Amino acid sequence: MSHADNRAERICEISGSNPYMCMKCGKCSASCPSYNEMDIKPHQFVSYVLNDDIESLVKSKAAFKCLGCFACIERCPRNVQPGKLVDAARQIVEREKGGDYIQPEEIPALLGEDVPQQLLVSAFRRYRR
Amino acid sequence: MQRIGVFVCHCGSNIAATVDVKKVVELVRYEQGVVYADDYMYMCSEAGQQKVMEAIKEHNLTGLVICSCSPRMHEATFRACAAKAGLNPFMVEIANIREHCSWIHKDMEEATKKAVILARAAIAKVNLNTPLQEGESPVVKRALVIGGGIAGIQTALDIANAGYPVDIVEKEPSIGGRMSQLDKTFPTLDCSSCILTPKMVEVAQHPNIKIYSYSEVEKVGGFVGNFEVDIRKKARSVNEDKCTGCGVCQTKCPLGKTGKIPSEFNRGLGTRSAIYTPFAQAVPNVPVIDRENCTYFKTGKCGVCAKLCPSGCIDYEQQDQIVTEKYGAIVVATGFDIINLDKYDEYAYNTCPDVITSLELERLMNAAGPTGGHLLRMSDGKAPKDIVFIQCVGSRCADDRGKPYCSKVCCMYTAKHAMLIKDHWPEMNVTVFYIDVRTPGKNFDEFYRRAVEQYHVNYIKGQVGKVMPQADGSLIVQGSDLLDGKQIKMKADMVVLAAAVEPNKDARKIASMLTASIDNNDFLTEAHAKLRPVESPTAGIFLSGMSQGPKDIPETVSQAGAAAVKVIGLLAKDKLKTNPCTAKCDMFQCNGCSTCANVCPYGAISYEDTLVRGPGVNETRRIAKVNTALCQGCGACTSACPSGAMDLQGFSNLQIISEVDAICR
Repeated sequence: MSHADNRAERICEISGSNPYMCMKCGKCSASCPSYNEMDIKPHQFVSYVLNDDIESLVKSKAAFKCLGCFACIERCPRNVQPGKLVDAARQIVEREKGGDYIQPEEIPALLGEDVPQQLLVSAFRRYRR
Repeated sequence: MQRIGVFVCHCGSNIAATVDVKKVVELVRYEQGVVYADDYMYMCSEAGQQKVMEAIKEHNLTGLVICSCSPRMHEATFRACAAKAGLNPFMVEIANIREHCSWIHKDMEEATKKAVILARAAIAKVNLNTPLQEGESPVVKRALVIGGGIAGIQTALDIANAGYPVDIVEKEPSIGGRMSQLDKTFPTLDCSSCILTPKMVEVAQHPNIKIYSYSEVEKVGGFVGNFEVDIRKKARSVNEDKCTGCGVCQTKCPLGKTGKIPSEFNRGLGTRSAIYTPFAQAVPNVPVIDRENCTYFKTGKCGVCAKLCPSGCIDYEQQDQIVTEKYGAIVVATGFDIINLDKYDEYAYNTCPDVITSLELERLMNAAGPTGGHLLRMSDGKAPKDIVFIQCVGSRCADDRGKPYCSKVCCMYTAKHAMLIKDHWPEMNVTVFYIDVRTPGKNFDEFYRRAVEQYHVNYIKGQVGKVMPQADGSLIVQGSDLLDGKQIKMKADMVVLAAAVEPNKDARKIASMLTASIDNNDFLTEAHAKLRPVESPTAGIFLSGMSQGPKDIPETVSQAGAAAVKVIGLLAKDKLKTNPCTAKCDMFQCNGCSTCANVCPYGAISYEDTLVRGPGVNETRRIAKVNTALCQGCGACTSACPSGAMDLQGFSNLQIISEVDAICR
């Protein structure tokens, strides 16, 4: 991680996660229920942060395909907890847009079969802090 | 008045790069008592020592201050050097200007200032040093080995073959340890009991070895060369001298047929009777009664074993017995177990009987095991078709569920299991999920490659996320295939977990009895990671096998031999030099209050009615007396003594205060 792009550092700061702890075992991706939907897989998220490629992460579908189910956070043997990095990437996107991803009044209109409830719950958890 | 020589070492650039050595010499030259000061590139070298010895003679030095590395490194070197030149070795002080100064500072000016201060403190101390004489203590020529696994067995045999008596204390009813539970051993696939049993028999028959089985170390006192150990011989309820090992009691015990008591030896996969030997080749071949489960002990009724025993050796009244024995050296060989998997819900170990540990698989594949060597599912007794191995379960973990270290043996035993299964049952599909395959060791990588190349074991790079038991009795394993970039869901009939190893649960208790140091993972610490790997920092305590760190059988046997050599080296001596830096009581100040005896961790202080005669006193009083053979010079009594009567030779209160004064000057 170079200091050139301090977005990688920001991701670590927001998430409280240390990607250098990763031993590349892939248990996060082995646990992920939306693995097939993610264009960048959970274990790759860690690697992208280490390699300072945050641009790809913020442009990825994966950042918003993550259900926030915490399976990877729960099972990571190295305390890297990739889900927190995904979470942080989402925050970077939203903060750079200069607004919240979701406003409470928008929610009723968004409710529908296509929107997983967990995403809304996760969104609340994120924006409460 | 002392005549002190100060010698400042450059240690190449280790010290000289951060400390202005020449300046230190100039600044300490005019300290009280200093008559000579000089520097040299490597003080510990032959030429450096020569320089010190010449200076002692030329300037009639009575004390030395060596400003160099830690005293742990070279104090002994310079004491020997002083002795060669006719100076009492305890007139040497080391000022540690490397570890305590140059290595931890960057600023030269600051570091030089600190080096001068450290030198001044040492000079102040030497001004008050008095010559001390080392004492002698005898060596008890008998060794104790705690633990009767392969590590303990090999250490005991090597010591016994050198002619010294050895006692083995084993808490289980038989020696043999974990190795006796294994089916085959890597990398040669020898049958484990075929190579272990002869060694167990050799131990049992060796005239120099005594086995205390079903026994535990209760208390340890004394010191190197003179340990005194209490061993608790747990009540076996069977007379060891009379028992012939015929086995009638075990076969007739009514509880044996109920299948209610899980067999520890079979890792709970099989059952045993209440009176039992753990396995057929047990040494000694004398059963014990498990009093918690025995009907006679619970209700007072039954007594079948006593009625049927042809030699009348069942003794329900037997009590625990404490044996006290003296030893010169103690070897810790307490071994390992595997971690508890309660926290790993995702692998379904506690909910599905077909998810087993590798140690349980050893029992399932063993001809003397619960299935007679047939690999069967514990749920329905059917042979599995698809077997999945999961590596690193609890090893290399940074979380609180597992252990931070690599367990070292799992990669190899999994390759062994995979190969043995493919060899016996070629139609079975064997898959191994791995993070890294670690196979350093002679013929080890070749062994693993054979599993892949010859037996076509499916090695998948990636960890398993979860194991899901299905309604039809099968299991779905969901894991990563990092090389193909896929998340895999595969069916399995049996899942084998390579659970992390951990030191025996009693390791911490035993280490504290021995005052031996232990690390955060409860592995015993060696005196030096590279140069003294089989010795504990506590003198007279040696380490063998897994108790010191994860290792396989070849390594354990090598280490066991190395520990034995160290023990033999100690027992071969008739006398040991004792440290003269022991506590001393000033009878004029002592009022016999017992405070010092209460704080002494070594039991070195006793009281004697002593005639105290001096100016204004002439009476017989109760006075503290220090046993210098037991005293380790810890100084606890000197700080506890309310009247200031206790003092430590070589580290007197006055010397320490003068050092502090010199630092604060």
